[in-house]
Amino acid sequence: MANDYIIDIQHLSKSFGGVKVLDDINFYIRRGEFITLLGPSGCGKTTLLRQIAGFIAPDEGRILLEGKDISGIPPYQRPLNTVFQRYALFPHLDVYDNIAFGLKLQKVPPKEIEKRVKKMLKMVSMTDYEDRSVDSLSGGQQQRVAIARALVNYPKVLLLDEPLAALDLKMRKDMQLELKEIHRKMGITFIYVTHDQEEALTLSDTIVVMNEGKIQQIGTPIDIYNEPVNCFVADFIGESNILKGRMIRDRRVAFLKHEFDCVDEGFGEDVPVDVVVRPEDIYFTTDPAKCQFKAKVNSCIFKGVHYEMWVDTDTGYELMIQDYDPYPVGSEVMLYIDPDDIQVMHKERTRNVYEGTMVDQTHVDMMGGVFECLPQEGIGAGDKVQAVIRFEDVDLLDHQEDGVVAGEVHFLIYKGDHYHLTVRTEDDYRIWVDTNDIWDKGDLVGVNIAPEAIKLTRCND
Amino acid sequence: MIKRSYWSLPYLIFMVVFVVLPLVLIVLYAFQDGSGHFTLSNIARFFTDSDSLQTFALSIEVAIENTLICILLGYPAAWILANRKLNRSAVTVMLFIMPMWINALMRTLATAELFNMFGITLGKGTLLFGMVYDYIPFMIYPIYNILMKMDNSYAEAAEDLGATPWKVFWKITVPLSMPGVMSGVLMVFMPTVSTFAISEFLTNNKIKLFGTIIQENINSSMWNYGAALAFIMLLIIGITSLFNDNKDSQAEGGLI
Amino acid sequence: MKKVLAKAYLYLLLAMLYAPLIFIAVFSFTESRVLGNWTGFSTKLYANLFTGGMNGGSSLLAAVENTLIIALISAAIATVLGTIAAIGIFNLKGRKKAGMQFLNNIPMINPDIITGVSLFLLFVFLGITQGYVTVVLAHITFCTPYVVLSVLPKLSQMNPNIYEAALDLGATPSQALRKVLIPELRPGMISGFILAFTMSLDDFAVTFFTRGTIGLETLSTYIYADARKGGLTPELRPLMTIIFLIVLILLVVMNIRRQKANQSK
Repeated sequence: MANDYIIDIQHLSKSFGGVKVLDDINFYIRRGEFITLLGPSGCGKTTLLRQIAGFIAPDEGRILLEGKDISGIPPYQRPLNTVFQRYALFPHLDVYDNIAFGLKLQKVPPKEIEKRVKKMLKMVSMTDYEDRSVDSLSGGQQQRVAIARALVNYPKVLLLDEPLAALDLKMRKDMQLELKEIHRKMGITFIYVTHDQEEALTLSDTIVVMNEGKIQQIGTPIDIYNEPVNCFVADFIGESNILKGRMIRDRRVAFLKHEFDCVDEGFGEDVPVDVVVRPEDIYFTTDPAKCQFKAKVNSCIFKGVHYEMWVDTDTGYELMIQDYDPYPVGSEVMLYIDPDDIQVMHKERTRNVYEGTMVDQTHVDMMGGVFECLPQEGIGAGDKVQAVIRFEDVDLLDHQEDGVVAGEVHFLIYKGDHYHLTVRTEDDYRIWVDTNDIWDKGDLVGVNIAPEAIKLTRCND
Repeated sequence: MIKRSYWSLPYLIFMVVFVVLPLVLIVLYAFQDGSGHFTLSNIARFFTDSDSLQTFALSIEVAIENTLICILLGYPAAWILANRKLNRSAVTVMLFIMPMWINALMRTLATAELFNMFGITLGKGTLLFGMVYDYIPFMIYPIYNILMKMDNSYAEAAEDLGATPWKVFWKITVPLSMPGVMSGVLMVFMPTVSTFAISEFLTNNKIKLFGTIIQENINSSMWNYGAALAFIMLLIIGITSLFNDNKDSQAEGGLI
Repeated sequence: MKKVLAKAYLYLLLAMLYAPLIFIAVFSFTESRVLGNWTGFSTKLYANLFTGGMNGGSSLLAAVENTLIIALISAAIATVLGTIAAIGIFNLKGRKKAGMQFLNNIPMINPDIITGVSLFLLFVFLGITQGYVTVVLAHITFCTPYVVLSVLPKLSQMNPNIYEAALDLGATPSQALRKVLIPELRPGMISGFILAFTMSLDDFAVTFFTRGTIGLETLSTYIYADARKGGLTPELRPLMTIIFLIVLILLVVMNIRRQKANQSK
């Protein structure tokens, strides 16, 4: 127990109605840290926060607070306080009574309550608002009262559930700075939940990126921005060009049908990888010696500080570039990328793999549907098989009922010359698809696979 | 921690005892003779007794007429009340709703007294008039309610697409307000069939409605036949409810 | 022109709706035993009503008292039962929730006579002597659904995190209920109570079937018996006028309350 972890989360899992919302979550939080749980809606970040607060009991795993397991302790006995997403101020109480609510329950002497409430009001710049009804306050003011109401109890950890989501942009920026200042003054550990990557980068000491109930990456904002570990993180944080690549050997990677020097090692030789290049890391040059590849400017938009340009490379890829100087549409440009700015990532998977059962010689039951396949020697009805399907061999259809199984486009990344999609089927299987067609997140699709594209092997049990 | 959903248990038990079981008893008594043996004779008696059948037919007839008159008179009223160009007064709306809150028996007696005062002979005419008088607020209120909640942009969209005000009314307003009309029908039709005191007062006991013969049988200890008649009424409720899948047909519940 | 026609139509309907009530009110200020026969202004009927000095003695006053007591008790119990039920139903999901809502709708859809006859059969079946208690039980049965329907919207309007916020700040579940949940639901509970109270006051059919033979009279059953004897007791006229005024005032107060509530949002 000789560590400085105020919270230690071990093997936490939670399912709702058979769907795994959190899957074996492990991480710790240092005392005084500002840590952010970041991810898209439905990634499990709020569920995780609510488990720490005590509103949801975990299915498996433990939450340690200063080394003691608090999983069985009800929320009202946990020395933690929460700032709720939509404030959850008590409408029948005025500002003072809202803030004093927790102290009154603890039977703190009235004089002491008054002192602490006043101090808090000052801290959140709401002095003189004691007697106001909470309905008469603006969103930002309600937010301040909610923060004061939680902090006045001197919690060991303050939990914040998307506290700024309901505010407009300008107000949000101001409140971010104030939150940071309050954190510094109080020295309390903050656990902050948000889906706004910019907010996470601005506020946090440490960011925990989550997706589909799993932690994707933990690190400082700079680590996470510069060295995303996978396509999801690269795509979710900031703008990026994500491209299919191949590690040739240490410090040498091929993508865009060119070869580049890079700084990554230890991937092995001739291994498929994903490559991330941030749009501000692709440079224009007029020096043919520096030029690594050529491209034609396709569009150019002024974005305030910089210009955002889309270029078509001579090898048929589309890239986004940000630069302070504009290049006219249609012009031929020479480009290069520094080895330092090329981030190479392991591919999470290179093809779809499913378990299935043969219905007869030419039909396999998998992913909640029966697909036609080519007959194969030694595989017959009732056999358990493993089916392998390449990403580009999955056909998506406009109408759900036209496919063997129905699904929904769940996640998509543009990879320079094609889209990489994750499709979630009705039975909650994932299918990964490479396609040139344009789909949007949330599109309902039918999924079909040509018989010859399904490669079957018999499972040995 | 006790789950919050368990809080519905006391009410569930109460409802089973005081709502479900009593309805089951109606069915049970309807198919029993005086000594508790199963029989169809109560039901058969209704279908062979011309007096009961005639009363039944008359009740349905009066209920249909009453419902239609309530729609014809009530819909325009609800429409005017809900139209901001024609009516801005919340008081007028309240005046239309208020009779719903006053004892129907009292209002009916007042009407009957009024007829007597002017020397109008009580009969089917006065019965219908009294029924309309009693039930028209129950038709106006749900229609008014749905018209008020209706998004004005539907009508504007229709106008934008070239519909005349008359066409907007028939093609947009009327179809969209049908759920309100349906809950109005539900609140007028069944109560008309089932009233017993009102028809007696309004016709000086000359005309009996279905509710009255149920009451007479129960009061003269003919429980099984009374239950059989009530069972037939339950069937009609079931049938009329089928036409109304509108979940919030509680016009009064929305009043406050 | 359109506006004039519309107004004229509304006022014509209103005149029809209120004519009987207004006649009753006007003739409550004269002594004549027959309606329509004006024998000069007098408040004797009002005096008779309150002193009980009239034909039939104090039975009318007793009926009014019974009506009020039954309505108060039924509405109070219905409010408690209905509020607890609403919290339970709100936290149910899927089919169970739909099932409870369906059950809750039955007493509202059922005509009074069905509710009355079915409860009569229940009390006969269980061998319970009918009287005050059975009438109150019957009134709770048809009043509670309205309370449930008044409280449920308050629950869904409520910020779902409010209860959790109280727990988070150290309130035990029962403290959170008393200090946060009940104050939030109070407007719905009050509306439900008023609704239940007036439903109970208005009732005739259910009381008629469940009051037994002990001679329990409420206002409705008294009027019914009175009318069957032929002719109205003149003292009913001032009583109707008073009830009419009370309902009017209640409605005005509730409308003002609602408008205030809407404005503060």
